[in-house]
Amino acid sequence: MYKLTIEEKVYACQADETVLDALLRGNVNISYACKKGTCHSCLVRSLDAVPPEAAQAGLKDTLKKRNHFLACLCHPEQDMAIKLPDQSEFYTEGTVVVNEMLNRNTLLLAVAFKDAFEFNAGQFVNLQRADGLTRSYSIANIPQESNTLEFHIRRLPGGKFSGWLHDEIRVGDSIAVSEPRGHCFYLPERHGQGILLVGTGTGLAPLAGILTDALAHGHSGPIYLFHGSREFEDLYRIDELCQLAQRHQNFHYIPCLSGKHVPAGFSHGRADEVALASLPDLKAWRVFLCGHPDMVKQMKKMAFLKGASMKDIYADAFLATPV
Amino acid sequence: MTDTQNHEDATMSKTLYERIGGEAAVNAAVDIFYRKVLSDPRINRFFDNVDMEKQAAKQKAFLTMAFGGPHSYTGEDMRKGHAHLLKMGLDDSHFDAVVENLGATLQELSVPQELIAEVVAICETTRNDVLGR
Repeated sequence: MYKLTIEEKVYACQADETVLDALLRGNVNISYACKKGTCHSCLVRSLDAVPPEAAQAGLKDTLKKRNHFLACLCHPEQDMAIKLPDQSEFYTEGTVVVNEMLNRNTLLLAVAFKDAFEFNAGQFVNLQRADGLTRSYSIANIPQESNTLEFHIRRLPGGKFSGWLHDEIRVGDSIAVSEPRGHCFYLPERHGQGILLVGTGTGLAPLAGILTDALAHGHSGPIYLFHGSREFEDLYRIDELCQLAQRHQNFHYIPCLSGKHVPAGFSHGRADEVALASLPDLKAWRVFLCGHPDMVKQMKKMAFLKGASMKDIYADAFLATPV
Repeated sequence: MTDTQNHEDATMSKTLYERIGGEAAVNAAVDIFYRKVLSDPRINRFFDNVDMEKQAAKQKAFLTMAFGGPHSYTGEDMRKGHAHLLKMGLDDSHFDAVVENLGATLQELSVPQELIAEVVAICETTRNDVLGR
């Protein structure tokens, strides 16, 4: 018999029981459906023990790395502390250290922490205002010695949270930041593999983090970044990315504009369409998609049809919360 | 409810699932099969609004069953899972197209014809439940 701990409570898991059965017997409110590892409804995370291999069957590598597992397939091999997906989050106070515009409607916000903030580039956090208003934002940088996180904040029409960040927050103010979440990040393996990054708008944020991470790990395969918006004024970091492409022979940056006015040096069309036209075969590529949910959905399918394996396609569609 | 059937060939000591290659065969087949299904204009509209990752997990469960492997699908599951597709016009022709894509997938993986025939036979046992008859 092993002990399962969720927050302060301890549940006993009998020898023939799965984690899911033990928790259900203990009246824990955990979501589940098929009980056979198919639906992934009961995906939970171990906070200490590495889960048994069988309990991670079929999960993405990035989920495995963060000790996620399927409660319905898990026969524990030791005591485990478990985190349920809907469990209340732990927030850390950070201090705003940079607050400047990247383009006409996108703010660069950097938040510093006293202690190390562990995350993988490409993950997202929830930012919370003192009154409890909360929004998810992707982290745009890689872990720094200075313990800072960067965010790209687009001002949404009538957006309460983005409006607050754009208009009111100042350098020196504090802001609550949740633990990092999401499985859209780079794993330093298969260094020669092609990497395709496609993003629209501030979907560039997680991709920039993933790109920096891959280059820092010496990824040697081709890396293509297609960043798109309708108008030139809504792209950003163009010069920095061009310079990065000059310094790294394997990195290719293709800014895409879908509107009428397309200056020299920019590709005409939607980022996903330009990417598909440029890279006809994605067999054995790793693909990261961030931005407009329709683009992400469509591109996921197309990348798969063009040969990318489902387990190599990563996406965290960030959904704009209705005002 | 007709549930897990034993597909062991009386003349062979190994089950179909073992002979076809078990979980490794499922893993080899799932992407090829799902890619064929999504590219098939006869049936891809049924997959327009599905979450691709969840769907891929389901395809794996389906292939495991079709290969005679361990599964816990019941006829009732089959009926429930396809009820919304019947409203979209799911009929025998679509069922045939899926089976055809599965056969083509196995041919591509050089699975012997007689094993493919066994897989097709297992699929056939689900036809009436899938089509809600």
